[in-house]
Amino acid sequence: MSDTLILWIDAALTLMILSFLYRDNAFYKFAEHLFVGVSAAYWMVVGFWDHLVPNLLGKLFPSLMSGVVPVANGQAAEWHYLIPAVFGLLLLTRLVDRWAWLSRWSLAFIVGGSAGFNLPRFLDSDFITQVQSTMVPLLVFDTGGALLVGASLSHLVLVAGVICGLVYFFFSLEHDGITGKVSRLGIYVLMVTFGAAFGYTVMARISLLIGRMDSLGNWLSSMGL
Amino acid sequence: MRFPEALKRLDRRIIFLLIAASVALPLVWKPQFDDHATPIVQAIYDRMESLPAGSRILLALDYGPSTAPELDPMAVALVRHGIRKGHRIALFTLWPDGLGQINKITDDTIRAEFPDKRYGADYVNLGYKAGGGGAINTMMVNLKTMIPADALGALLDSLPMMAETRSLSDFSVIVSLTAGDPGLKEWIQFAGDIGGIPVMGGGTAVVAPELYPYYPQQMVGIMGGLKGASEYESALMLGYPDTERLEMAATVRMGPQVVSHVVIVLLVILGNIGYLLERKKSIRR
Amino acid sequence: MRRNIPLIITFITGMVLILGYFVTRGPLHTLYESFSDYFAIITVFAFILGGGNLIKVHLRRIANRAKDWRYSMVTMVGFTVTLIVGMFKIGAPGGWGAAVVEPESWLQFIFDGIFTPLAATMFALLAFFVASASYRAFRARTKEATILLVAACIILLGRTPIGGWLTGWLPPELSFLDLPNLANWIMAWPNTAGQRAIMIGIALGVVATSLRIIFGIERNYLGRDE
Repeated sequence: MSDTLILWIDAALTLMILSFLYRDNAFYKFAEHLFVGVSAAYWMVVGFWDHLVPNLLGKLFPSLMSGVVPVANGQAAEWHYLIPAVFGLLLLTRLVDRWAWLSRWSLAFIVGGSAGFNLPRFLDSDFITQVQSTMVPLLVFDTGGALLVGASLSHLVLVAGVICGLVYFFFSLEHDGITGKVSRLGIYVLMVTFGAAFGYTVMARISLLIGRMDSLGNWLSSMGL
Repeated sequence: MRFPEALKRLDRRIIFLLIAASVALPLVWKPQFDDHATPIVQAIYDRMESLPAGSRILLALDYGPSTAPELDPMAVALVRHGIRKGHRIALFTLWPDGLGQINKITDDTIRAEFPDKRYGADYVNLGYKAGGGGAINTMMVNLKTMIPADALGALLDSLPMMAETRSLSDFSVIVSLTAGDPGLKEWIQFAGDIGGIPVMGGGTAVVAPELYPYYPQQMVGIMGGLKGASEYESALMLGYPDTERLEMAATVRMGPQVVSHVVIVLLVILGNIGYLLERKKSIRR
Repeated sequence: MRRNIPLIITFITGMVLILGYFVTRGPLHTLYESFSDYFAIITVFAFILGGGNLIKVHLRRIANRAKDWRYSMVTMVGFTVTLIVGMFKIGAPGGWGAAVVEPESWLQFIFDGIFTPLAATMFALLAFFVASASYRAFRARTKEATILLVAACIILLGRTPIGGWLTGWLPPELSFLDLPNLANWIMAWPNTAGQRAIMIGIALGVVATSLRIIFGIERNYLGRDE
């Protein structure tokens, strides 16, 4: 029974959203506003029960929470978790204009934390290792010593493509003369990249539509159509 | 109205109808196409095959229902492969919406197709944790600080497959199916590169091209979009012929994908023909 | 105090997390582990802030009878029902100790019946608009646009079985022109080159911005001075 109900509600809401393709209308607005409300509450609920309760409340008040967080049973309270609890509550002061300045302390922790996490990791994974990975031989030979033209060309495209692309992004240098020519080559490589990205994006969007059409098809089949 | 004018003034709702038809009609007549895995997808299959039976695999479903049509087929294929090889699978997500996806995979694939597999010993649901890279960072140091219990509240120490795990390094491989941030990139940055843990996975077709630079030094392989899922399914059917009787969602959906791609390419060509004709007319004037 | 304390917090947090990356033992590393844990907990409060802000905005619209206020009521009803059902785990067979999204629970029903179709269809709409935009705007006006167009078409055809059907008749010496092979080559080499150049550029930008934030040069996140 609930599966049938879900199928019908699913179909109704899908058609409401799709009605936007004809023009903006009350059904679409209803579905859109419903989505905003349900998703905000869903994320709050999941974040609260799956993270805050076991990872914060269960550690601050283990005896109180042992009924809903079995792992807290018999554990000692870890009072240093008051720090994130206080910062978290300070973040909520953003909702009250008079006290909103207090939320800057929490934002400072979040922003500082993000910066601290990202700096070494981007430097390692997205810079040093990427430069390493670009250092490939420009002439590739097979085990018999014969030149592999295809592989060599591919490696040349990779090395030249990365260097030319980086030169294009070097905006503090005038792009004229040899720099201009290298930068132009970089643009061409980037255009191929963006073309590939566009093709993949179209592929992605169509796949999502296929999923929805499949779902509508199931609904129609349930009615014997 | 002249041809170039007609092309220029084509109502977009006609284009919408064309797209809808190009997707709906193949779903009815169900054309089937053979596929084969490209090296970047085959690498994932080969890694799963090469791991000894009983290996612990972390499968992170870092996506929600909005991108499920692309990523669910990957999750299903990976679970089918992993369980057939005798691997132990820990399901996890960095997205709040991912919890529903974990339940779907557990109910519709693991419990339905492998009823003899035991929760806690062969597979486990580690639930959702917030914080993205921060959560992964904590799990790298001490898994049970971030995840003291599974999604059902059972202590990890009480679950046979998780009792001896101290950190992410105790997993043989991390597989992330990602729709964006946080996802495969964060797993590579926070776990793979630092801890030397093999990372592989799949992404929506929007996200996949951006992850190619990580292959092969930092990422074993990646499945890009529905095509990537279809390639993995074809590798699975080749390696495990008994899976051919199962529904392979990505393979079935390649039919509408093919037709709609052709329609879009034709629309682009048509649009450009109209543009070139108009340009020729204005040059003549 | 309103600006100095946040700047000090940013500096301490940032430095602990950077230094802790390199120092793998001792009290600094313990602090690093704790800060990682705290970071994740505070981000959950951001979800609660988001929910609170939603209530504030929509209740104001309803009270002032602003434009589309009736739809704000729809938002509030959806929000309130989902919140109550989820927070009190209504209908979950396991009760208070159950998983938050337990099969058979009312929250799972809301997820399957309301959240999933709405989220999925919102994204599926984009397929129509991307097709319409491709038709109207995708023009080979310049050399660069032509390269982009050709690459996109090769990918669109080569990543489906139709690509093999269109060029499968080519002799083995010209197999590199086979659309699927061409598509795979484009992804593996020029696409990787371009994406890598972008990634390296972004990495340098992230490093520079992170340092500016940690040392207090970049202060936009603190907002305006009152």
